[in-house]
Amino acid sequence: MSRKLLDLWVGFFVALGLASVLFLALKVGNLSSANFAESYLLTAKFVNIGGLKVRAPVKSAGVVVGRVAEVHFDPETYEAVVTFSIDGRYRFPKDTFALILTAGLLGEQYIGLDPGGDEKMLKAGDVIAKTQSAVVLEKLISQFMFNKASE
Amino acid sequence: MSKPSSGQHVLLSIVARLGHQVNDALQRLGFATRFFIMLLACSGQSFRRLNLTIREIYFSGFQSLLIIMVSGLFIGMVLGMQGYETLQRYGSADALGVLVALSLVRELGPVVAALLFASRAGSSITAEIGLMKATEQLTAMDMMAVNPIARVVAPRFWGGVISMPLLAALFSATGVFGGYLIGVVFIGVDEGAFWSQMQASVDFRYDVWSGIVKSFVFGVAVSLIAVFEGYDAVPTAEGVSSSIKGTVVKSALAILALDFVLTSFMFRET
Repeated sequence: MSRKLLDLWVGFFVALGLASVLFLALKVGNLSSANFAESYLLTAKFVNIGGLKVRAPVKSAGVVVGRVAEVHFDPETYEAVVTFSIDGRYRFPKDTFALILTAGLLGEQYIGLDPGGDEKMLKAGDVIAKTQSAVVLEKLISQFMFNKASE
Repeated sequence: MSKPSSGQHVLLSIVARLGHQVNDALQRLGFATRFFIMLLACSGQSFRRLNLTIREIYFSGFQSLLIIMVSGLFIGMVLGMQGYETLQRYGSADALGVLVALSLVRELGPVVAALLFASRAGSSITAEIGLMKATEQLTAMDMMAVNPIARVVAPRFWGGVISMPLLAALFSATGVFGGYLIGVVFIGVDEGAFWSQMQASVDFRYDVWSGIVKSFVFGVAVSLIAVFEGYDAVPTAEGVSSSIKGTVVKSALAILALDFVLTSFMFRET
């Protein structure tokens, strides 16, 4: 086979391979949409995070604005400390409320941000003061039972 | 020392055979390691004649295109059908895209493509080098002061290493397309949900990139096994055929074992 034809077929093969990598990155994966050019970290403390995991989405008004970066336990206050990165394009007021919510009945858990009305904005590294923990089903049931019993 | 009884004699010969086998295996492993180092050392020399490597990419990469794409398409279509069958019981058929894409990109793409590559390209590399050895072409090259590792072995090795990740990516891409074909076009899962849920759950760095790294590692393993088996073949018709068998069996085992090790490192829940 001539050198030119060989080069042509190999070039065709490599181009096809690279095109499929690109397809996997852009169409299958989320390189295009979730590529936060600049992001900043915020921290929130929760009494109970339920089943929240690293890389879980952070949503505000239902739109994904960030991802959970790290979860660890604070041995002094016995609380869960959740660090998450927020897309640099978005700013939230100082009195923003962080809740742990569940997508659907059995879906994954995510952090919801409810913006407050403060004029000062959260900066990188700030701690969100007002949080609401995950709903634990057993607690909910026992609360309901106690209420019924006291009636 | 008294003469050993026949029972002792049998026992001793079994132990000796075991020792012989272990020694043999260790020697082969040592030889394979030295061969790999020699191969890396000669790579610079063989890259100076790049058209040799390009030729090998043509033979092991381009000629595997058809089998890789057809298998990828069928595996994607089967995943689409089976996944839909299970997911619709829980009312979450919309998650079909996630299921197809994640299982292909993380596992099936790299692993099945590498298994196909080992039997399609690896075996032919072994056969070629083994036959060259059997007909004393490698010795002849050595006589003419042409290093057979730089001239014959290294281009085939690098051709395989370069082709493998591209083939695995192609396999995953055609598989996702097959899943789309069955899920969206034939069964009628909502197209928007199919793609958007897929994009929301497939992370480039976490899923796609680790699939590419996996296929690169498999490429190195399969190509090394293929060229070594050929180079180390017993130079007879029987020896070459047993080397080819060795390539396919050892590559398959190496791919599956490496896949377990890599997966346990990459997808550890933090």
